[in-house]
Order: sequence, then C-alpha cells, then structure tokens
Amino acid sequence: MTDATQLVGNTRSTRKAGRYVYIASVVLLCAWVLVPLYFLLINTLSSPETVNSFPKSFIPEFDLGSLTFFAGFEGMLTALKNSIIVAAITMVLSVLIGAPAGYALSRFDFRGKELFRMLVLLTRAFPLPLLALPLAVLFIRTGLDDTAFGLALVHTTLAIPFAVLITFSLFSGIPIELEEAAWTLGCTRLTAFTKVVLPLILPGITASAIFAFVISWNEVFASAVLTIENRTLPAFLLQTLGEAPLHLKFAGGFILVVPALIFIFAVRKYLFAMWGIANR
Amino acid sequence: MNRHSKYMAAVSGIAMMCSAAVAQADVLFWSTQARPVEEAQAMRETVMADAPETVDYQANEDGPWLTRIRAELQAGSGAIGLLGALHGNFSAMEADQLVDLGDLGITSNSETFNTLSKLGTDTPQYIPWMQASYIMAANKESLQYLPEGADIDALTYDQLIAWTANVHEATGQAKFGFPAGPKGLKHRFFEGYLYPSYTNGVVRTYASDKAVTAWEKFRELWEHTNPASTNFSFMQEQLLSGDAWIVFDHTSRLAQAFNERPDDFVAFPAPAGPEGRGFMPVLAGLAIPETAPDKDAAKALISYMMTPETQIATLRATSFFPVIDVDLPDDLPPAVQAAGDAVAKMSSAHDANPGLLPSGLGNQGGEFDRIFNDTFERIVLARQDIRMVLDDQKPRLAAIMDETGAPCWAPDAPSEGACPVE
Amino acid sequence: MNARLLPYMLILPVTLFLGVFFLYPFVLVAQQAFSGSDGFSMANFRDVFSYWKFPISLKNTLLLAAIVVPVQLALSLLMATMVSKMKKGRDLVLYVWTIPLGISDLAAGIIWLAIFEQSGFLNSMMSGLGVIDQPVNFLSYQHPGVIFLAIALAEIWRATAIMLVIIVAGIGLIPKEYYEAAEVFGASPWKRFTKITLPMLRPSLQTALILRVVLAFEVFAVVAALGGTLMPVLMGEIYAYQFDLLNSNAAAALALVVLALSIAFTVIILRVLRVPKGASI
Repeated sequence: MTDATQLVGNTRSTRKAGRYVYIASVVLLCAWVLVPLYFLLINTLSSPETVNSFPKSFIPEFDLGSLTFFAGFEGMLTALKNSIIVAAITMVLSVLIGAPAGYALSRFDFRGKELFRMLVLLTRAFPLPLLALPLAVLFIRTGLDDTAFGLALVHTTLAIPFAVLITFSLFSGIPIELEEAAWTLGCTRLTAFTKVVLPLILPGITASAIFAFVISWNEVFASAVLTIENRTLPAFLLQTLGEAPLHLKFAGGFILVVPALIFIFAVRKYLFAMWGIANR
Repeated sequence: MNRHSKYMAAVSGIAMMCSAAVAQADVLFWSTQARPVEEAQAMRETVMADAPETVDYQANEDGPWLTRIRAELQAGSGAIGLLGALHGNFSAMEADQLVDLGDLGITSNSETFNTLSKLGTDTPQYIPWMQASYIMAANKESLQYLPEGADIDALTYDQLIAWTANVHEATGQAKFGFPAGPKGLKHRFFEGYLYPSYTNGVVRTYASDKAVTAWEKFRELWEHTNPASTNFSFMQEQLLSGDAWIVFDHTSRLAQAFNERPDDFVAFPAPAGPEGRGFMPVLAGLAIPETAPDKDAAKALISYMMTPETQIATLRATSFFPVIDVDLPDDLPPAVQAAGDAVAKMSSAHDANPGLLPSGLGNQGGEFDRIFNDTFERIVLARQDIRMVLDDQKPRLAAIMDETGAPCWAPDAPSEGACPVE
Repeated sequence: MNARLLPYMLILPVTLFLGVFFLYPFVLVAQQAFSGSDGFSMANFRDVFSYWKFPISLKNTLLLAAIVVPVQLALSLLMATMVSKMKKGRDLVLYVWTIPLGISDLAAGIIWLAIFEQSGFLNSMMSGLGVIDQPVNFLSYQHPGVIFLAIALAEIWRATAIMLVIIVAGIGLIPKEYYEAAEVFGASPWKRFTKITLPMLRPSLQTALILRVVLAFEVFAVVAALGGTLMPVLMGEIYAYQFDLLNSNAAAALALVVLALSIAFTVIILRVLRVPKGASI
C-alpha cells in the first residue's frame, strides 16, 4: 500500500520533472535561434565606436546612425519594390509549375520518373554563378535582360526543386484511398483534388511558397548580373556588405533580415493553422 | 477569390514589367572600385554630381562585374557605358573588346602608367584613372615599444620584427595585423614589398637563396602576427577594434580608421630590407567596352573624370590619389593626408626600390597571385620546408611566364622575351 | 484525360522550364569542363585533382556535411515532436524556430563572426563572467578544430529550419488515430516515435535530407566568413577558379565533381528511404 502510493508519487514527480525539462528545452532552443539575432540587433543599433569596442555591451544603445545612413541611400525604395515584385513572381511561378510535378511524382509510376527527379535536383547541385554567363547572354539577346520578370525566371529555377520535392512529400503523405473514396462518391479526378487533397496540403504549399520567396530575396549573384536599372535590394546591399565598414555590415544585414522575418510572420498562419484539419 | 486576386496581381505585375522597357539615357558606370557602401554613395552624390551625363554608378565585386561584361561582349550588345577597374582586370581582357582611347588626348603624369594602359598595343585601351599604394599603419599606443634607435619613417624589416616582438611581450598578444583573409591583398605584399626588399626581384629571384631569407624573416614576423589574420581582409577593422596595433594594407582599406579616429593612428612607409625599400602602386583605369550604347557620352564622362576638380573629389570619396598633376587642397580628409604623407616618404626615401605592377600576364594574373598565396600558406601556415616549397612552386611560375611570354618588370632586370625564373 | 499521359502533362511545365533555364546553360558550361586546347580532353579534371588544396577541400566539405546534416536531422525531429504536443504558443514557437529561413548565408556569416571574433560577443561574455582575463583567439590557424566547430554551429543555426518546416508539415499529415491506437496498447512515447512517426514521415525525411545534403555540398559564405583561407571547401575553390583565376574550364570541371557527389548521395538517400507509391498505409 505504502509502496504503491510512493510509486504513484514518484511517477508524478518524474512527469513534473519531464514537463520542466520539456519547457526548458523549448526555451533553450528558442534562445539558440534568437540570441545571435539579438547580437545583430545590438550591433545595428550601436555607434561605430561601440561596434569596434571590447568588451561588447549586451544592451543596445539605440544609436540610429547606421540605419539612418541606409535610409538616405538613393534608390533604396525602388530596389525594395523590385525585390518584392521579383520574389512575388517567383513564389507564384514556382508553386504553379512545381506542385503539379510533385503530384505526378507521388501518384504515378511512369517511365523516366527517376530521370526527372534527378533533373530537378541537379538544378540545386550546380553553382549558379557558373550558369550566369550563358543565361545573361541569352537574356540580353531575348530582351529579358534587366526586367524583374527575367530575374524571377532564374529565381524560379532555383526555387522549383523545393516546390516539387516538398509538394511531392506532402502528396505522398496523403493516402491515395482518400482520393479513391472521393472518386467513388462522384468526384472527378479534378474535383477530388481540389475538394479533398488541396485543403490538406495547403500548409505545404505555403511552405514551398516561403522557400521561393526567401530564395529570391537572398539571391545576389544573378541579381547583380541580370539587372542594371531594376536592381533588387539584396543585390544592391548584400554584395557591398562584405566590404562595408563593420557597423554598416551589421545594419545592412539587419535591413535585409527584417523584411524576410515579416514575411514569414505574415504567412505563418497559413503554414501552421491548418494543423487541426490536417490532423483530422 | 483570394487566390484569384493573387494571380491577377501577379499577371498585372508581369504586364507591368514588359511595358517597363524604358529608354534610359544614363551612362552605366560599371566599376570594381569604390565598392564599400559609403564610398559608392560618395561617388554617386559628390563625384558624379556635375557629370555631363546622368551617371548610374554601379560598383560590383569582380565576379558579377566580369560575368556581366563578358555576357554583353558575347551577346554583342549591352548596357554598360563605362568600365572602371584595376589594371589587372583590364589586362585580362582582349584589346579589341575595348575602344581605343588615343583620340581623347588624356594621359597621366606617369609614363609608366601610360605604357601599362596600352595593354601591349600602340594606343591606350584604358585611361589611368586613380592610384593608391600599400602602406603601414599603427596604433599610437604601440609607439612606446619601438626598438631603440628606430625611426618609424625609415624602418627596416628587422626593426619591425623587434617592434612587434616588444608589443607581443608587453601586452601578451601578437598584435601585428596582416590581411591574409579570403579578400585580403596579401599577395601584393609578397610581390611588391617582401620580394623586392629582400631579393630585388619577383620572378627571376622567386626561388633564390635571398628569397629563402625573405621567407625566414616573414616567418619571424608571423610569430608576432595576430593568428586570426587569416580572417582579416580590411585592416581598418582590426585597427579600430584593437585586435591589431601594427598593420600593412592598401591605403583605402585603412582609410576608415584614420577618418574615424585620426588622433589614434599613424601611417608610415613600408619597411626596408637588404635590397632597399620595396613598394608598389595600385592603378585603376577607365575604359569603354565595344558594346557601349553611347560611346561619345562615355568619352565625355572620362574627360569629366579626369578634370582636376573631379580627381580631387574622387580622392575625397575613395582615398585613391589623382594620376594627373593637381594642387591638393589643405582640407583633405585625415585618411588622405596620412596616406599621402606615408606614400610621399616611401617614394622619396633614399633606399626606395619601387616595383611595377605585374604586366603582360593577361588572364594569368590570378594564377600568378595564387603562386604567392600558395607559397605563403605552405611555408607560413603549414610550416613546410622553405627550400622545398620554392623548388616545388618554381616550375608552376615558370610555366605561367612561358605561356604568357611576359617580359620582366621592375625591380627584376629587363629580359628578352618571357621573364625567366632563375 | 488519358491516365497514361496525365503524369507527363503534369511534369511538362517543370521540364520545359528547367530545360530552358537550367539544362541549356548547364550543357554549355559542362562542355567547357571537357574542352582542352584541342577538342575533348580530361586535362581540366587532372588540373583540378592535382592541385594540392583539392583533397583538403574535398575532405572539409564531406566532413562538414557528415557532421552538420545528422545533427540537423536529430534537432529538427526533436523540435517537430516538441511542437506537435504543444498546446499553447505553438504558432509563436514555430515562428521563432523558422526565423533563420529568412537569413542569407552571407548575413549568417557576419552574425557568427561577430560572436566568435577576438573582440566578439563570446569573448565579451567569457570575460564578463571572469572565465578569461584576455580575449581568446578562437578563429586562428592554430585551432582548426575550433574553427570547424564554429562553422558547424553557424551552419546548424542557419539551416536547420529548412528541415524543420518540411518535417513539421509532414508530421501534420500523420492521422491522429494511429497515435491514439498506440496509446491504447500502451506504447511508450519512444515506441510511438520509432514505430509511427518515423516510418510515416519517410517521404518528408527523404525530401528534407536530400535538399539539405545537396545544399551542404554548396556551403561557402559562412565558411569563408569564419574560416577565411584556412578551411577551403569545394564551392570556394570553384569560385576561385572562375573569378580569381579566370579559368572557367577548371571551374566547370570542379562543379561537375560536386554535382556527381550530390547525385551519388541523393541516390543513396532515395534507396535507403524508399517511398512507396501513394504511401500505402
């Protein structure tokens, strides 16, 4: 009897301990992501002298000098607009083009499937800066050069492997019986897809859209080579970042990080709110 | 509905792009110089302010710079109007890709520069634009550790080593800073400073006994060099952070330290070795690609860039010095004054041993630099035997010289045909 | 529609697209790798292989991938399972964990350099705690192990989120009933994880691993920022050939080597984590 109560008490306290370990690890992992970003923030909001000082302070001093410098950068807003346009086109194109292929890979066995999958992957396994020269020649000759659309095409090429593979893995996670059941209930292949499958994989679609956006946002080399008047913001900043004085490096990095963070924040709802449905 | 409107937005965005092909009358100035954001901003706002044409100044790293101009040349048409780059960038191009600039009638005040700019042809292929050099700089706190009898304006390598050793001993930290990072210009130190000072040559003397001594000395110096130097590319950063007290670098890569805290640092000439005080210039030039959309506008822009006023404005913006005769004003930024003094002392020193830029190497310039970088990494970082490394690298260097047929340049004695590695 | 043609119709857009924007330039570049002074030659590969830094950069690239990718896999699985049983604040925690997605590798390199450099945050913290009197030089050539560790940490920080998102989306598709049934039979959480989550996640794991491994072979900016010239990696050598040495042929040859490596590892992952068609359950 006493033994039994003790046992119950023990498991309860282990459970409690487990709960603390769990919360502690969540907090720790959050800190792991956030602390380096906090350092970036400190350095962004520090005067040049503080950025170069030792030991570093762990509290930002709210010196806006570096940020003001970039605010005065001419063409910054146009470049920002260009970046968003390019990233948006990339997002739409890569999902529209990529998702059908992901569906095909997961639902059908067809000749050349492996070959196709390799082709998709090769795109990511070959360094873009080497491909940029023939692409730029092609673009100059066809008039795609220096347009947001042309650059978006290249960025889409980079994003498509993500779109295809992510949608492939999600479609594979949905039992084909579900679709078959819909067919027996009078749905066509298309309506079964839109009514049953699409809602399930919407979070995944959002995930690949986010990848597409971020890939386009952070891509520098092609942007620098393929745009002249219609520069994107990262091409504008990122490539000069490596050689800027330290305090401007941090501020520039910060300015580039913030829009991406806002974007991920804005779509996180779509990314994870479908959880309940997906869990049926 | 929502998705629908998204697609519509995308479609109209695409339509907008297609109609946005507007005719721009600007001259696109495609440059590898003045890249740091502050310098690029100064180029746009002050240097180009009174240009005859509206100028779109775009500074890029060598990779995108080269890829873009190659693509335009290959496609046979392009947007770039004017190229701004180092001598080495131009010598890697074919002369027939650049417009002959002889009819502009603009020359620099240095015959050497004017010859270099012809790239082996009869007419200038680029116009010398601005120059700089490499110097030494130090935190004033380190001056108290100067070895006895040493004059900071006439240091020898031995004195420099003793000085850095004193600092090392006193502070417990190795505080000599050397730009050996991925973007650092370390190879210029070996090609233009260490080798000329110790061997009175670069190519001929590459594997000589004197070169062995030079590398031994450099190893000694490395004992007192901040080991993180392999991450340093812009020594102004380490001067400012205090991670390095005594440094060697390109004048414009030291500028920020002097401009931010002019009273804390001194600039001084590079040290001297047994064969004199070796040093070397940096030369940037302006050229017009054959594919330039408006060659006359580009030529007008070159003329503008070469006026005394613009040259001084460029000096303020980039810390690169004029290549024509100008009267320098008194109110120059601290970095320019400091660097100007150091360079003047260096070139007027009684033991001055000025070297020239490697020339005639064509697109093998990078391979040539790599010989020296590899030699450094093997001898100093991997601590391989000096004689063995030099003998091992020697045939590679000889192969580059034979392939390009580049004749010797100062301080190497002139050669008939390709410069021999002795 | 003809069911035999349907899959081809579905992959046609991607194929066309990649044909124009990837295969066409790729073939042009790949030709260079095999072109010598007179026609076809393997000279470029010989050049690249015989360079003394090639074995070092190959070793570094493989070693980095071998250490970083498994850690990321474990970490993202842990994070994903933690999130899946979270009741409150799941959105927020997930958002925080996916933040690094938005950070470019160049920016990540700068951030981590600010931490590890001599007058950086790590040294400031240690001297503030009184652990050290003088700032320690973490990133010096005398401690290649520390440099390697710093790069690995930065890579884990930067690129775990990619795997996390894919795995979280995959876990969301596993029907809850399986877990409920398992619980009825008294399966321990670990059993549930190994017997339900892992097998059901196979397609997502496959995708996440392939993408991560391929990207790990392309690591460059973070390595350059933290390791300088001390940690040559294959991608850095490719850039050096292309832009410092202006030797496009050698750059293309080395790029093909990286490509071959990526294909080899992709095939291995595909074999090991074979996904049945339509995920029959």
